[in-house]
Amino acid sequence: MRNMYFSEAVADAIRFEMEKDPTVFCIGEDVGFVDGSMGATRGLYRQFGKERVRDTPVAEQMIVGLSAGAALTGMRPVAELMYNDFMGCCMDQIMNQTAKFRYMYGGGMNVPMTLRLTSGGGMQCAAQHSQSLEAMLVHIPGLKVVYPSTPQDVYGLLLSSIEDDNPVMVFEHQMLYQTKGDVVDKDVYSPIPLGSADIKKPGSDVTLVATGLCVLKALEAAEELEKEGISAEVIDPRTLYPFDKELVYRSIEKTRKLVIVTEEVKRGAWSGELAANVAEDLFETLDRGIVRVGALNIPCPYTVSLEDYYFPQKNDIINAVKKVMA
Amino acid sequence: MNLSRKKKLEMYETMQKIRQFEFQTAKSFAEGDVLGFVHLYIGEEAIATGVCAALTEGDYITSTHRGHGHIIAKGADMNKMMAELWGKETGYCKGKGGSMHIADTELGILGANGIVGGGFTLATGAAFSSMMLKTNKVCICFHGDGATAEGSFHEAMNIATLWNLPVVFVNENNLYAVSCRITNGMANEHTSDRAAGYAMPSEVVDGNDLGAVYDAAKKAIDRARNGYGPTYIECKTYRWRGHFEGEPENYRNPEEIKLWKQPDHDPIPRFEEYLKDEGTATEEDFKAIQEKVKDMVKDAVKFAAESPFPAKESALEDVYTDIVEEARA
Repeated sequence: MRNMYFSEAVADAIRFEMEKDPTVFCIGEDVGFVDGSMGATRGLYRQFGKERVRDTPVAEQMIVGLSAGAALTGMRPVAELMYNDFMGCCMDQIMNQTAKFRYMYGGGMNVPMTLRLTSGGGMQCAAQHSQSLEAMLVHIPGLKVVYPSTPQDVYGLLLSSIEDDNPVMVFEHQMLYQTKGDVVDKDVYSPIPLGSADIKKPGSDVTLVATGLCVLKALEAAEELEKEGISAEVIDPRTLYPFDKELVYRSIEKTRKLVIVTEEVKRGAWSGELAANVAEDLFETLDRGIVRVGALNIPCPYTVSLEDYYFPQKNDIINAVKKVMA
Repeated sequence: MNLSRKKKLEMYETMQKIRQFEFQTAKSFAEGDVLGFVHLYIGEEAIATGVCAALTEGDYITSTHRGHGHIIAKGADMNKMMAELWGKETGYCKGKGGSMHIADTELGILGANGIVGGGFTLATGAAFSSMMLKTNKVCICFHGDGATAEGSFHEAMNIATLWNLPVVFVNENNLYAVSCRITNGMANEHTSDRAAGYAMPSEVVDGNDLGAVYDAAKKAIDRARNGYGPTYIECKTYRWRGHFEGEPENYRNPEEIKLWKQPDHDPIPRFEEYLKDEGTATEEDFKAIQEKVKDMVKDAVKFAAESPFPAKESALEDVYTDIVEEARA
């Protein structure tokens, strides 16, 4: 095991795949010479050179569209959008091109492409650099959507994403890059299959499904709740599509209570998709209504006090659990 | 156009295939066998034919919503094309794509595209693969005049010269973006004027002159293949039909349409004149090819008509390589 930063785990997974497969390449704004704006491609430019680690102009349509074209013709791109907010500049390339190619051409094409997107807030970056837009991509058939919360998970999920023959969108929360965790030793091949959730903390009274940075917040909340005699099971789905219904439903069948915690603006959020599915499939199993915890239905504000208020915090999760336990 | 008689007659046949296929498609649309949006290539045949004649089999093309011509010229099977237009299981996309989404990756056809400007960045990606994998392939990016107003055009043009990609942008300037006349959509006189902004060499050609298109394409393709980077070719042309079949066309002067259908504008009689003048072919040769193509198109319709519609459950397949979606409960 190696104790490493989340950002280092990202870079190490890409390095592993680039060493193994000469068709894998990196592309994006600042991914090369400066090692990535979040340090998540550190060392790749120096190891593989500027041909395979491509710094680009600020042109998101090109980054995504060129990657899709390269993926159709024998390459395996690992592209980066510096912030998921910049999807606004290239949504056609994502939803009408990349996502649709295989289906609309009758299965005659594969698009083995990974798109990494930095998401989430907490760095006072305000309304255009702090969003959690995963629901927008879960909504588009043709895409797979990955959202890891630990260094080991991002390492294993990136291996699977890069090797997948479909377009995979990988969300990386910007506050997670500087978190640390244990990761398998160098060059130990440990892919995590897309569609497998993980129980981050077992429990018996309530199921807490959380994504991204909210997994860490949910774990802190669960620790406090434990002191009050409430045993929360914290589950990280890790991939939003395909979604591990089996593991999550098994937990709900055990606890009969569900709280969903994501950093999304609640309106139109992925958390609503999960809540709706559970209501459709397990209504009789539930003791109580499902409770969702998310950001407020406003753009992300800048100043610390407003931003803290905007994002879901540990206490919001504790209150939600108490509500569902009452 | 320094080519063999055989090659020239093949090019004539390609133009005939496109035209007859398209007139048949218009008929099938009017009769209700072809549905949805259908954009016909009639009047622009010399461009796809001239450009694709200068390609090798392994080269790539990206196409547009008005794509049948490009796809036929790149060698696609007209039976499978017609079957797709009729929504049949035997079609190129098994009935999932229709007119705007025909592709054949084995022939290097990276797909017609329903989004105006959708092909630009895709073409740079194919050219990028060629460069990285050293396959020496060239990618042609067909696009209309309207597409040059899209942002993706500018992002793709910029990267193409910056990275010296083996791509040739072939503009089919038919003067109208749906109803928007080019003079209402662009301050430049020529779409190719824009190439200078990206340090890209460009050329304007008479898009209805097959020889001129071929020569320009050949030069640009050779340039790209030999590592000298992209070229922009603007082909001046005109579409005979409306933007799509069934369009209540009310924005073009009927006199203008009539003019472009005259034998001195129409690319097919113009090529016939050329071949006769240089003594390559006679009226009998043209008649024979026309008859042959007529049979091919008839066969395509027969194939489409006799093919089954896809089983409804097949709708759930082909989204992913490894996941079949759930049917409605």
